[in-house]
Amino acid sequence: MKTLRLPRSPKVLLGLGIMTFFIIMTVIGPWLAPDNPSETDFLPNLTPSWHHWLGTTSLGQDIFSQLLVGARATMVVALLAGLVATLLAVTIGVTAGYFGGKTDDGLTLLSNVFLALPGLPLLIVIDSYLPVTSRSNSFVIGIVISLTGWAWGARVLRAQTMSLRNRDFVEAARIIGEKRYRIMFSEIAPNLLPILASSLLFTVLYAIGAYVTLAYIGLTSTSVWNWGTMLYWAQSNNAPLSGEWYWFVPPGICIALVGTGLALLNFGIDEFINPRLRAAGLTSKQRRALGLPRRTRLGLTPVLRPAMAKKVAPAKLVSQ
Amino acid sequence: MRMIFRRFALYALTAWVAITVNFILPRLMPGNPIQNLIGKLQGQVTANEINAIRLSFGGVGSKSGLPHQYWIYLTQLFHGNLGISITLGAPVSSILRESVPWTVGLIGISTIISFGVGTFAGAILGWTRGSRFDSLIPTATFFQAVPYFFLATVMLLVFGSDLHWFPVLGAYSQSVTPGWNWTYILNIIRYAELPVISIVLSSIAGWMLGMRNMMITMIGEDFVLMAVAKGLPRRKVIMHAARNAVLPSIANLSLAIGLVVSGALLVELVFNYPGVGDLLLQAVLNEDYPLIQGIFLVITLTVLAANLIADFIYLALDPRTRTEAAI
Repeated sequence: MKTLRLPRSPKVLLGLGIMTFFIIMTVIGPWLAPDNPSETDFLPNLTPSWHHWLGTTSLGQDIFSQLLVGARATMVVALLAGLVATLLAVTIGVTAGYFGGKTDDGLTLLSNVFLALPGLPLLIVIDSYLPVTSRSNSFVIGIVISLTGWAWGARVLRAQTMSLRNRDFVEAARIIGEKRYRIMFSEIAPNLLPILASSLLFTVLYAIGAYVTLAYIGLTSTSVWNWGTMLYWAQSNNAPLSGEWYWFVPPGICIALVGTGLALLNFGIDEFINPRLRAAGLTSKQRRALGLPRRTRLGLTPVLRPAMAKKVAPAKLVSQ
Repeated sequence: MRMIFRRFALYALTAWVAITVNFILPRLMPGNPIQNLIGKLQGQVTANEINAIRLSFGGVGSKSGLPHQYWIYLTQLFHGNLGISITLGAPVSSILRESVPWTVGLIGISTIISFGVGTFAGAILGWTRGSRFDSLIPTATFFQAVPYFFLATVMLLVFGSDLHWFPVLGAYSQSVTPGWNWTYILNIIRYAELPVISIVLSSIAGWMLGMRNMMITMIGEDFVLMAVAKGLPRRKVIMHAARNAVLPSIANLSLAIGLVVSGALLVELVFNYPGVGDLLLQAVLNEDYPLIQGIFLVITLTVLAANLIADFIYLALDPRTRTEAAI
């Protein structure tokens, strides 16, 4: 294990902060919720106040509690779908890239077909045929989402595996007689980590969007609280047009913030993979500290090397 | 030529998968879908209509074997028979004929604007990297992460019903008569403004960020340095780099179309736009399976056609793809 140091890019830090916040919310949100999100104890259509931070729905439910409780279902389904999809992507992508030949042709065709199929309409068709009991089951929904979301990752991982397959160190391992699976897991897999991470972030991002959308059009159980069902109820009670912003804006903002956090983290990975982007991602203050030109000149895009990066306040990033 | 043939074969295969999914799904579910449908209609349909529904499912539940059912299903499809909508009582194909043009127009125009403006902005951002324009990036990322339908709802609320800058709900005013006259056409454009702006805002960041990153990578190349050394004006140098940096974006165009369409369908829903998205929601709420399946099929085929066009553009722009048979 070698520790690479990455300059603290403000984008990455922001992304880390946002994600930490929402992961904490996922874990402790339901305990923090002041009221039962489904209970209709309160006066309907209250505006935000000290007792109800985000007001109440037209049924008299506490919106703030719904937001806190809904975080868990939303994040868990997104993470589950993201993980399963990434697992599928690794299995299919690395196998295709490493074995080549007929295996590759078949698996590439499979992922190309899934890439060309529009995901959301496919999801809607599959989901509309699911029995109602499965629709309220987060696990089933997560798996169905992952089935439509793995192809992009598989494609990227296949390309990277193919470029690694013929490198000297893999060649050397093959010559000294290492077994195939050992080469795949010990030699090739570690070099796929950045791409794997980025593909995970993207599938989680996709899964959040897909899950929330399904809930928004009423295709998941409307009694399981997540940010999509909140939007569903807000929309079906005409909250947007009657000016009840406190009902539909908070869940939307939360979804968007999680997405932003994931995308910002991905910038960090991009900069980690591509040294040119890494230098471009620095603030002007950090540039000056490194003695880099303030505005990079043509043909001289600086490549940030680990030795230089130590001068900037380091953030540890483990790799290889 | 070879590449186009391979792409075409891929899309044909994908279309076949979509068609087959439609055939298999009703059969995987417990119970007899036709009986469920007829039960739901509670005798509001004639025997002829029941027959039509049964035919469009390939005679499900009939005594003939699966291959025969599949054959009937394919023949029906080939004749443009997508079955009869349960709730609307009309053939699915004629319902779709009315709504598909709205969707294609709205999404097509938004995608062209979003790709054009996003790529242009991305080229500038890449060129001026490290400047204060970089602070645009987190904002753009935020817009990219907002669900399409949520952004559309906020836009509708703020610019439509609060500020009254744009007309809301529907594709044209009730007071104009449809037809080939300027008032009608201008009215359509006026009503499409806000939906188009919402879709563009949601989708532009992807193009912008992709282009920025490619541009930064491209600027480090020798040919750009050479262009500067020759003393070309700055605008020409940027064009030089941008022309090469845009290729991956165009290669990704065919992949992105599916995502944009998925998002944009929901924008139609928010604006009550008379396209496929609104129809899809109604179909889902009423469990109108023939309509859901018909919509899925039409969307898939349209996306595949758009993919093929994007591939042609890529082929025309990048001579390397004409020799390498890269898929």
